[in-house]
Amino acid sequence: MENLGALAIILAFAFSMYAIVASLVGKWKQRPFLIASGERAVYCTFALLTLASGLLVYALIAGDYRLSYVAQNSNKAMPLAYRFAAWWGGQSGSLLLWAWLLSLYSAIVTFQNRKKFRDMMPYTVAILMVIQGFFLLLVGFVLSPFDVLVQGKGIVDVGDGQGLNPLLQYWTMVIHPPVLYLGYVGFAVPFAFAMASLITRRRDDDWIMTTRRWSLVTWLFQGSGVILGAGWAYSVLGWGGYWGWDPVENASLLPWLTSTAFLHSVMMQEKKGMMKVWNMVLVASTFWLCIFGTTLTRTGLVSSVHAFAQSSIGSYFFTFLAIGIAGTIYLILDRLDYLKTESTMESVVSRESSFMFNNLILVASCFSVLWGTLFPVISEALTGEKVSVDAPFFNRVNIPIGLFLMFLTGVGPLIAWRRSSLDSLRRAFMIPVAGALILVAGLFAAGIHHFYALMSFGLCLFVTLTIGGEFVKGASAIRARSGQNLIAAMVELTHRNTRRYGGYIVHMAIVLMFIGFTGKAFDKDVTRQVAAGETFQLGGYDLKVREVKNGENDNYTWSHAKVDILVGGKVVKTLEPERRNYKASRQPTSEVDIWRRLNEDVYLNFAGTEGGKAVIQAYIFPLVSWIWIGFWALLMGTFVCLVPPKTKALLKKGTPAASSKSEVPEAQFTR
Amino acid sequence: MKPWMKFGILVVAIIGTLGWLAAGGIQESKTYYVTISEVVAMGDQAKTKGRLRVGGDVEEGSILRDKGEVRFVLKQDKLKINVVYQGSEPLPDTFRDGSQALADGKMLQDGTFQASKIQAKCASKYEGKPNYKVPATNPNPNRAAL
Repeated sequence: MENLGALAIILAFAFSMYAIVASLVGKWKQRPFLIASGERAVYCTFALLTLASGLLVYALIAGDYRLSYVAQNSNKAMPLAYRFAAWWGGQSGSLLLWAWLLSLYSAIVTFQNRKKFRDMMPYTVAILMVIQGFFLLLVGFVLSPFDVLVQGKGIVDVGDGQGLNPLLQYWTMVIHPPVLYLGYVGFAVPFAFAMASLITRRRDDDWIMTTRRWSLVTWLFQGSGVILGAGWAYSVLGWGGYWGWDPVENASLLPWLTSTAFLHSVMMQEKKGMMKVWNMVLVASTFWLCIFGTTLTRTGLVSSVHAFAQSSIGSYFFTFLAIGIAGTIYLILDRLDYLKTESTMESVVSRESSFMFNNLILVASCFSVLWGTLFPVISEALTGEKVSVDAPFFNRVNIPIGLFLMFLTGVGPLIAWRRSSLDSLRRAFMIPVAGALILVAGLFAAGIHHFYALMSFGLCLFVTLTIGGEFVKGASAIRARSGQNLIAAMVELTHRNTRRYGGYIVHMAIVLMFIGFTGKAFDKDVTRQVAAGETFQLGGYDLKVREVKNGENDNYTWSHAKVDILVGGKVVKTLEPERRNYKASRQPTSEVDIWRRLNEDVYLNFAGTEGGKAVIQAYIFPLVSWIWIGFWALLMGTFVCLVPPKTKALLKKGTPAASSKSEVPEAQFTR
Repeated sequence: MKPWMKFGILVVAIIGTLGWLAAGGIQESKTYYVTISEVVAMGDQAKTKGRLRVGGDVEEGSILRDKGEVRFVLKQDKLKINVVYQGSEPLPDTFRDGSQALADGKMLQDGTFQASKIQAKCASKYEGKPNYKVPATNPNPNRAAL
């Protein structure tokens, strides 16, 4: 059965190679049959990889312990969900997941466009299949998940496996990697279309229009993957935080930053015919950062000390990156003539410049995170000494960037194209600015003097008021003609221009998340060794350790604490953090317990035992729940953006985009 | 002044500010990666170098916990250094006998290494998604990945 799986992968590789040749030859020699044949090969690749993945998943779930991958990542005692998730628990399986998702996306894109873009599609298919070929090369010939364990001349069946590390046996493991992959693999599609557009020397924006939904959905998956990872770190891993600027975290953030920039700058190209070269650079950068991110995590490029061995798979990735990036740069430079801008910036106080600053700042953030992550590699290359930088570096640069971005989020949507008069600025921003200043003054008077926190809260209110203003203005206009109540009018308003108002909802979601991030300035924590019956204080709460029990079961030994939280002498909540020590893997884990509220979380970590007493780490994380609330709002906002609007948006190049008032058309629909 | 020039000035100002912040951040947090043999070779220079991140293996049986302090021995082949950790954060779950560990801190006058942060990696074949304290590397190519 493993032979069938391995064969399926190799055949898929062959079909992807055929697809490249057939598409290109068919295009160059004008043979539509070959092009169609190439597209069919894409479907075959998908079918074969589905078969191979299915076989691997079956082996993991049913427990075929002759396969080394199964022995390493699965075991009999694990629940079904984790035996399935073991598919991406190790290197070769997760590469197969990558390849399968890519084949799925390629098949969908090929099918969607089977009657369109006949000039671009052969190149799109060819590019996707080149990427596919690379991953299948790895999974088919270098690191097969279907390798069996051998001893001498015989295959060994080890009977049971090691299973997933206990740190991974949480529901988040079932969701976080696939969501992240859906985001990373997905960017191959806009990239392939962009390159195809360049190759065919098109001067139009078709590649942007057709990949708009792809880019948006991919962006959503990327962002969701990052947030799920943060949520997992916070709720499960027990170190009391959600972001550590660890190289692996940073690798997942980099493409999201450039794809966010891309989502904004494409609007400049659609509406003003500007930033065409830049958009090509951004979409290519995003894709290659996805590949780079996966390289970083799999190869240990940013290693801790020289003693950590590098995996040989790294050289394949670096070669692919080098050739791919070189090819992309050549293509963009060669086709610069077809990417001439159609308008120029007329004023620094304009929506054009807001978009440009937005892009500048997001790319600056990406660059700083990349720089900081690669600092050990760069410093060693330049000075011979390996130096690393830590959270202070990343925070120092990215907090001001985040605040400036929040400022642009409020200003950008309200400022006019081409140029804004001081008068229009005053009208648009007087209330939001006034509101923000009042809030900041009030907070300052209330005792909050943390500079960045004040700025953040002020800017968050500023943006909230600008967005709220937009909804109210537009809804009022609809209401005046239709007589609906305000809420119904807002829904109608959103439905008429889902892209704009969905975007506002997404911006609002980011505001909520920023509120959550700002809470970090006020974190409190304390670590105490306590025995049952003892009490300690943290931030207005009395934490009384009611009891500490120890025990064990088949899988692990445990220490369980019951801690009462008292306010003013009354018990308001009981938290029960636990510490486990898994026997088979000798791996300790911490099951934190969190009391989540809107204003703050109380977080308890059972850190260990010392001198017979329990070591409890208590934290207060103000406002952190707003990050997760913001995430749901982000999902909702993106869905709204994807809904087709009720009327066709007027997208004539050169004309300033209508303000929200005039974009509301006459109510001519039947109800 | 043409809009492009005004824009250009603002861009330079922004990049300049960020660069200045970055430089400060680097100074505040830069840590030199060193192996134990390099630390030993540095001799007294190690004591004045600043923040160091030393990697090695935790010697079996050397972990001693005493009144909020943890002492252990980090070794590389035959070379050893004594490490003392007094931080408030609990040690990572992966820190135990035989595991590969990274100690961030500085070398004291008496030759003991004072660590302010410890990261450790699983010594056994179990590899998992790195938790915050575990470095992103793994000698086993079949590690869990992105």
